[in-house]
Amino acid sequence: MPTVAMTVNAKSVSGEVETRTLLVEFVRDQLRLTGTHVGCDTSQCGACVVHVDGRAVKSCTMLAVQCDGASVTTIEGLAANGELHPMQAAFREHHGLQCGFCTPGMIMSAVDIVNRLGVPSEETIREELEGNICRCTGYHNIVKAIGAGARVMNGGT
Amino acid sequence: MTATGIGAAVPRKEDKRFITGAGHYTDDMNRPGQAYAYFVRSPYAHAWVKGIDARSALAVDGVLSVLTGENLAADSIGGLPAGWAITSKDGSPMVTPPHPCLAQGKVRYVGDPVAVVIAETQKAARDGGDALSVDYEILDAVTETGQAQTASVRVHDEAPRNTAFEWEIGDKAATDAAFAAAKHVTTIDIVNNRLVPNAIEPRAALGEFDPGTDSFTLYTTSQNPHVARLVMSAFLNIAPEHKLRVIAPDVGGGFGSKIYVYPEETVCVWASRKVGRPVKWTAERSESFLSDAHGRDHITHAELALDERGKFLGFRVKTVANLGGYASLFATGVPTYLYATLLSGQYDIPAIHAEVDAVYTNTTPVDAYRGAGRPEATFVIERIVEVAAREMGVDPATLRKRNFVKKFPHQTPVIMLYDAGDYGASLAKAMELIDYKGFAKRRRKSAKNGKLRGIGFSTYIEACGIAPSQAVGSLGAGVGLWESAEVRVNPTGNVEVLTGSHSHGQGHETTFAQLVSDRLGIPIDQVEIVHGDTDKVQFGMGTYGSRSGAVGMSAIDRALDKVIDKAKKVASHLMEADPGDIEFKEGSFTVAGTDKSMAWAEVSLNAYTAHGISTAELEPGLKEGAFYDPTNFTFPAGCHICEVEIDEDTGVTEIVDYVAVDDFGTVINPMIVEGQVHGGVAQGVGQALIENAVYDESGQLVSGSYMDYGMPRADDLPSFRLGFTMTECPSNPLGIKGCGEAGAIAAPAAVINAITDALGHEDISMPATPQKVWQAVRSHRFAEAAE
Repeated sequence: MPTVAMTVNAKSVSGEVETRTLLVEFVRDQLRLTGTHVGCDTSQCGACVVHVDGRAVKSCTMLAVQCDGASVTTIEGLAANGELHPMQAAFREHHGLQCGFCTPGMIMSAVDIVNRLGVPSEETIREELEGNICRCTGYHNIVKAIGAGARVMNGGT
Repeated sequence: MTATGIGAAVPRKEDKRFITGAGHYTDDMNRPGQAYAYFVRSPYAHAWVKGIDARSALAVDGVLSVLTGENLAADSIGGLPAGWAITSKDGSPMVTPPHPCLAQGKVRYVGDPVAVVIAETQKAARDGGDALSVDYEILDAVTETGQAQTASVRVHDEAPRNTAFEWEIGDKAATDAAFAAAKHVTTIDIVNNRLVPNAIEPRAALGEFDPGTDSFTLYTTSQNPHVARLVMSAFLNIAPEHKLRVIAPDVGGGFGSKIYVYPEETVCVWASRKVGRPVKWTAERSESFLSDAHGRDHITHAELALDERGKFLGFRVKTVANLGGYASLFATGVPTYLYATLLSGQYDIPAIHAEVDAVYTNTTPVDAYRGAGRPEATFVIERIVEVAAREMGVDPATLRKRNFVKKFPHQTPVIMLYDAGDYGASLAKAMELIDYKGFAKRRRKSAKNGKLRGIGFSTYIEACGIAPSQAVGSLGAGVGLWESAEVRVNPTGNVEVLTGSHSHGQGHETTFAQLVSDRLGIPIDQVEIVHGDTDKVQFGMGTYGSRSGAVGMSAIDRALDKVIDKAKKVASHLMEADPGDIEFKEGSFTVAGTDKSMAWAEVSLNAYTAHGISTAELEPGLKEGAFYDPTNFTFPAGCHICEVEIDEDTGVTEIVDYVAVDDFGTVINPMIVEGQVHGGVAQGVGQALIENAVYDESGQLVSGSYMDYGMPRADDLPSFRLGFTMTECPSNPLGIKGCGEAGAIAAPAAVINAITDALGHEDISMPATPQKVWQAVRSHRFAEAAE
C-alpha cells in the first residue's frame, strides 16, 4: 500500500492507504478527524468540503494519494488559537445550523466563497451554495450567516 | 423574562461542537476490534430468493461472516412490528404480514435486505457483498398506489387486493344528507407525491456485545432510543430490555425517518454476538434512498358541499395510501388518525366522512415524514377550499373567514377537540404582511414583464404532541405517548436535566435549559441537558409530532415544580421557618415578612450536606422526576401565503414572496422557532415544486440519488417572511403548541394554490416542475384557442 504524507491543519501527517482510499476516508478513519462528514455518494451534498491548498474541495471526490504533499484544512483547523473563525461565529450568531451535520462543509464552502468573492450578494451566495445541501434550515439563516461572516472577514463588523 | 429565560432568542449551546467539527454522530463512534457490515439488497422489486451461495463472498479477503434470514429465524429473532392497530370498517383487523429483518423467501422492494456481510473493513465487507451470489426468481411488481387494489400482483399472500385495511371515520349518513342539501359541490382529485426524507446524516448503527455481562450496546441514529430498545426487546427478541443499552448521540436530522426500528440496526446488534466483535454499519446515500422510510404517497378524491353563501355543509373524502412493501412501525397510524382527523381544517364543517384504504406495493415502506398525515390533510382541504372559492367567485380569504371555527373548544366531526386558536387573526396578519390589497397591481406589473403572477393561501391546522396516552391508546397506538424528565440538582447548584425527548437539530440543549433558567433563576450554562441514552434516562418516548416542547418540556416543568417544592422545604429547615412562608424567586429563597434569604446554591449544597436539615422529616438530596401526560393534543395553526411568478416560456416558477404567520402558543426561543419554520417551509416547497420519489414499472427507484431527486438547494428557495400570533395552549402547563412540522404542513397547498391562481386553472400536480407548468400553460392556451 502506498504511503501518503500531507499537512493537515498545520500538522505533518502520513499514513499507509489503499490507492482507492478517498481523502475523506483518510481524514475521518485514519486521522480520526470526524468533523468532516459524508452525506452522499455522488459528490452532491458538500458535507465533506475541506480546503486543499487553499481551495474548497469535496473530500469524497479526491483520492488520498492525490493529496500527497498538499496542505489540507478541515473544520477542526479553522479556529485559530482558540478563537472561532468569523464564519463559525456568524453561523452561531445567525442560527445557520440545526442538526449540524452539513455545517462543517457549509462553513468550509462559505469561507471559500468569501475568499473568492469578497462580500457577495444574497443571490450570489445562494448560487454559490449549489454544491452544499442542508435539509434543516431552508438555507434562510445560512445565507444570512454567510453574508454576516463575509462582512467580518472583509474587515467589517 | 431573564436574559436566558422563556422568550429569549439565546444562541444555541450545542452549536460550539457543531461549528468546530467536534460533534459526535454515530459514524464518528468506533469501538476496539470493530467489524463492518454491508447489506446485500434486492435489486428487484419483487422476487423469490431461490438460494444464497456465500462461498465466493466468504473467500474475499477480510470477510468474517455472511448472515441471512435463515440465521435470524434459527435464532428466533422476530420481525419488525406495525405499532398502530387499525380496524377496517367491516370490523376486521388490519393485515400486517411478517416483516423479517433479512428476507425470508420473498423480497418486496428494491433495497429489501437479503443478507449481511461482516468483514474486517468497510471495503472488504462491500467487496464481499459484491461477490455474494443470490439466485432470484423475478416476479411482476406493482408500484402505483392507484393500481395496487386491482393489480394481478400479490405483494403478500395474506393481503387480498394488496389491502391492509379499509377504514372510515365520521358520519356517512349525515354527510350524504349535507350533500343532498347543497347548492354547490366542489370536487377535486389530487395526488400527494411520495417523498424521501433525506436527513443529511445517513442512518448508521454500531452494535456491541459484552459477553461478561451478557449485554448489548447499540449506538444508532434514532429519534427515540427507548422505543427502539422496547421494540428490539419485546418484538424482535434481540435482548431483554435491561440487557440492551441504546445510545442515540448527535443525530443529523430525522424528519420522522429515524423514528422507526429498521433491519440494519437490529442486525448489527444481533451480529455483534454472532461474530464476537462490535459491528458497524453506515448507510451510503443510495441505500438511504432505498431503505429509509418514505413519506406521503396518497391519492384522494374529495367533495365539498356548500350552501349558496359558501358555508361548508359537508366534506367527503376517499383516499388510498401506499404503505410500500411492509407496514413500517407507525405507518398505519399516519393515513388514518394523523390524517383524517385533521380534515376539518380550521373550519366549522357539520358533517365529514372519510374513507382510507391502505395498500401494499413493491416499493420502499412509507411512514411518518415531517407532518405525517397532516400535510396530506391540509393539502386536500386547502386545495378544495381554494377551488371552491374560485368556482363560486368568492375571494379565497373571504370564503375561509366565513367558515372558520370561531368558538373554542370546538368539537369536529372527526374526533379532534380544538382547544384554542384565533384563525382570523393569523389570516389577517398574513394578508397584511404580504400586502394582499396590492396584489392586483403586482399581478399587472408581472404581466407587463411577460410573467404570470399568482397568490395562494394555506390556513392550516395540525394536531401535535401526539398524546394523551389514553386517547391514542383508544385509537390503536401500541404505546403511551407521555414524556418523562428528571431534574438532578448538584450540590454546587448546577443542574442536569435528563429527558426522554431527543434532539436531532431542534436545539433542546438550549430551549430546555432556558426553561430551567427561567424557573430556577440560574444561567443556562449552569444547566446540562442529557438525552439519547437508555442507561442515563429512565424512559422516554422520543421526538416527533412536534411533541418535545408541549410534552417533553412540560415533563421537565413538572419535575422542576417538585424540585422547587423540595428546595423550599430544605430552605425552611435552614431558615427555621414554615415551608409555607418560603418564597422562591429569581434564584433566591426568602421568608415572607422577614429579611432572611438564601441563594439557590446555598440551599442545594445544604440539601446534600444535610447538616442543617432534620433528615427524619426530610430526605437529603435534591433530585426529582416526572412523567407528564397532557390532557389533549395541541393545535398549532396559522396562515401561510405564497406569491409566485411563472415564466410562460420556460415554465419556471419563482417564489417571489412567502409569508408565514403561525400560532404556536408560548415560544421559548423565537430564533429556534423561526428556524423550524424556515426548514419546514423549505421541505413543503420542495414537495410542491421539485421533490418526487419516482418508480418505474419494474419497481426501480428512478430518483434514487441527489443527482436525480430534487433536493431543494439554496437557489431554489427565497428568504421567508415570518410573523406570529398567540393563543395559549390550555392543554399543558407551559402553553406550548409545537412548531416543528407547521412549515411542511402548510407550504404545499400555499404554493400550489398560488401556481393554479397564476395559471388560471387547477390542472397541475406536485411537484410542479418547470416541464409540467410549461405544459399546463401550453395545453390550456391551445384549448382556449380551439374554443
